[in-house]
Amino acid sequence: MNFKMIRNIIMKLMMAEGILLILPLIVAVIYNEKEWKVFAAISAVLIIGGLLLGDRRVKGNTRIFAREGFFIVGMTWVLWSFFGCLVFYFSGVLPTLVDCFFEMVSGFTTTGASVFITVADVPKSVLFWRSFSHWVGGMGVLVFVMALIPLAKNRSMYIMGAEVPGPVAGKILPKAGATAKTLYLMYFAMTMALAAILAFGGMPIYDALCNAFGTAGTGGFAVRDGSIGSYGNPFYEIVIAIFMMLFGINFNIYYYLMNRKIKDAVKNTEMWTYFAIIASAITLITVDIIGMYTSLGHALRDAFFTVTSIISTTGFGTANYDLWPNFSKTIILLLMILGGCAGSTGGGIKIARVVIIAKAMRRELKKLVHPRLVQVIKIDGKRVDDKAISGVFVYMLFYVVIMFVSCFLVAIDGKDLMTSISAVISCLNNVGPGIGDIVGSVGNYSTLSAFSKIVLTIDMLIGRLEIFPVLLLLSPGMWRLKGADW
Amino acid sequence: MKIVIIGAGKVGHKLAQQLAKEDHDIVVIDIDPKATSVLANSEDVMCITGNAAEYDIQVEAGVKESDLVIACTDSDELNMLCCLLCKNHGAAKTIARVRSPEYIKQMRYISDAMGLSMFINPEMEAASAISRVLLFPAANSVETFAKGKVELVEFTLDETNPLVGKSLKNIHRTYSNNVLLCAVQRGEDVFIPDGDTVLKKADRIYVASSRQNIHDFFSEIGILMTPVRSVMIVGGGKLGYYLALRLIKRGIKVKVIEQKQTRCDELSDKLPELIVIKGDGTDQELLEEERIAGYDAFVSLTGMDEINIILSLYAKSRNVGKAISKVTQIDFTDMLMDLGIESAISPKDITANSILSYVRALHNSRDKSKVESLSFLVGGKVEALEFRVIGNDDFLNVPFKELITTKGCLVASIVRGADIIIPGGNDCIKKDDDIIIVTTNSQINSLQEIFKVKPQ
Repeated sequence: MNFKMIRNIIMKLMMAEGILLILPLIVAVIYNEKEWKVFAAISAVLIIGGLLLGDRRVKGNTRIFAREGFFIVGMTWVLWSFFGCLVFYFSGVLPTLVDCFFEMVSGFTTTGASVFITVADVPKSVLFWRSFSHWVGGMGVLVFVMALIPLAKNRSMYIMGAEVPGPVAGKILPKAGATAKTLYLMYFAMTMALAAILAFGGMPIYDALCNAFGTAGTGGFAVRDGSIGSYGNPFYEIVIAIFMMLFGINFNIYYYLMNRKIKDAVKNTEMWTYFAIIASAITLITVDIIGMYTSLGHALRDAFFTVTSIISTTGFGTANYDLWPNFSKTIILLLMILGGCAGSTGGGIKIARVVIIAKAMRRELKKLVHPRLVQVIKIDGKRVDDKAISGVFVYMLFYVVIMFVSCFLVAIDGKDLMTSISAVISCLNNVGPGIGDIVGSVGNYSTLSAFSKIVLTIDMLIGRLEIFPVLLLLSPGMWRLKGADW
Repeated sequence: MKIVIIGAGKVGHKLAQQLAKEDHDIVVIDIDPKATSVLANSEDVMCITGNAAEYDIQVEAGVKESDLVIACTDSDELNMLCCLLCKNHGAAKTIARVRSPEYIKQMRYISDAMGLSMFINPEMEAASAISRVLLFPAANSVETFAKGKVELVEFTLDETNPLVGKSLKNIHRTYSNNVLLCAVQRGEDVFIPDGDTVLKKADRIYVASSRQNIHDFFSEIGILMTPVRSVMIVGGGKLGYYLALRLIKRGIKVKVIEQKQTRCDELSDKLPELIVIKGDGTDQELLEEERIAGYDAFVSLTGMDEINIILSLYAKSRNVGKAISKVTQIDFTDMLMDLGIESAISPKDITANSILSYVRALHNSRDKSKVESLSFLVGGKVEALEFRVIGNDDFLNVPFKELITTKGCLVASIVRGADIIIPGGNDCIKKDDDIIIVTTNSQINSLQEIFKVKPQ
């Protein structure tokens, strides 16, 4: 492990967080809130600390490898969340550090699971920071910094690969820095477009910005109790639903569209699968809930909003789906696990993995009939090599094991089965709301025990960083300074 | 510049690595997913898996907007085909690696027909590098500049060398000053020496001047300059053939030991003066029978690096003056030096370096400074650049002692017409000179960056 290089990079990243904290500071000044002191203090500590502890130039060995990449990503997310959560702690909006950390991790991982019982009396600047964390976390905090300054020269792919979701991290431009910059520009443009449309529709600018952050990062923190439904405005609901769906698509597709490579954009299997799943889920749920509504239009709208909100793992709510029949709730639970496309801001296991697994399973079935069958698995006309396929299976195995262990640990709390299971699934897939009276679409996580909250916090990190960076942080071999590693 | 590299083998990998470091946009295409994934993880380049002769792949790689396409796959035909297609697709310049002697014979014709900007033959380049060393047996390597007028010779100081323990000032006073000592490699460090630098045993030093001056300097310090008159080569592949061809042209006696009957026949057919021995070059008995100890130089060019190294060590033990081995895969060149093999030649490295020099020169010429050629010394840690003075800059006709020279740069020599000037404080740069600069700073692109007139 090249700890010098790791320290250097992490300190740069911490300084970046310090600089980002200036934004809520400005909001606090605009709304004349006393919390500006909290933001100023934390920001100053991060920037000065980063300057003092990070040596500008690393002498000698500047090489980093895959393990350093994983370590940096895992460590940065934990540290960013820790320093970010101090905002909640010192502004006194949440009672315990565990609650604060849960809320902050929920923000950066774009989960949107909250321990606030009500947000009505929370200062606007604090809520802004909470929503803004979705935006930064959605595309990735390291990718964000990489877009601005070079982090590790030619080795930056190790970092990018560890943070960008999906089975294979691809570049759209030859240089990692340029790729990060392009991604963030598109992301920024789409977010601002959404905020503008909402503001145009009459939403206050502060709400429009915060909701746009929550939508873009597919996070789901709202600035009002009762989420998007509280506005009671179908225009907002439809606009946000469409954008939630768009942010769940691989951003490479927008790059292709931008460069008029329509053919490349259209041939994406993952995107079409994603649309097909959304369409069928909407149809099934609408048919299932139509009896509860007076008009088809309203049922369709609620189904559309809920499905896009859940599959993109945003977690905004308009209707209380806990009142819906069990069939619809089961579909929602499945959508939570599927998640968005690889390379999007959504969570879940990603449609790309589902497609690969489906194709690999079909091949295995065929092999039973033709034992000597040789078949290449292709996606978008390109061969997926067997290493990538077995990587997906290993990922799924880890995913299932972690899910079971977490369910087991959360069950100690003594809540009902649906609450425990859906809370874990929701956090592990970065959705936000679970199912049931406690953590469901109108509930929150405040009544869970501190232990459950810690488990769910780890689950959120595991889900966002796709398991391995977090697991490697916990493995003792990573921390050995000298001698052989294992 | 936007550069597309086809083939992610050793040459492609090295090119991608170096060019990405120089901040070019690199796209690498290879048919082997393993090769591309290794490269994509270790360097900041974009990798595409597929056949580069396919239209879709070329579109994906952005060949149309590219400034340069370099084809260095294993296959000559694929390289030429890719270059032809890419050229038609819109690539500004193309470079192909071509190694088959049949194509090389008519390369001018092929280049014209295909619109190639450059072709490179690794074996031929390696053969010329080896023959340059054989003409300077005391040297580890020899680079030429200004159309061969200036040579840059690398050699190792052994304990008996009179230069050991002397400072450069001292050397300056003792010997005639027709050569310039322009770089020193000590262990892993490389530096440009100044007057107070004291040379130590086992230093590898670089000396620049005309061939005759270097000869004189060598005989002055007591290094025997007996020219090589006979060479034994083990391995009669393409490289062996090109080397034998060059040496025979210079009247050197060459013996090749080759195992394959058909290859022996071919060699003997093409080069009647060559002594071809059919046999196993690793057979000690055979080497003795063919009187290895009687040769001035020994070159091992088999396909196995290990065998080449061992054969060279054996030749050294039999008191052959100069032993050179071809080393393709092994990267431990520093270790080879410790073993006593000063001259290890890697055709792939030479290929990559020639292409890199071309790219640097191309890139620089876009910026209107005039790098004529460029060589990498000491594994790329030091560069030797050749400039032609064209403009009317303020540093012209000003003596060096009144100029400020950028740190890490040294004027190795000035070629003015037929004269070679080893610059001192009173010399100056004039228009139309060729200037050779040795530098540890890889960012230098123009003379303007090197010289500033001292404020009065």
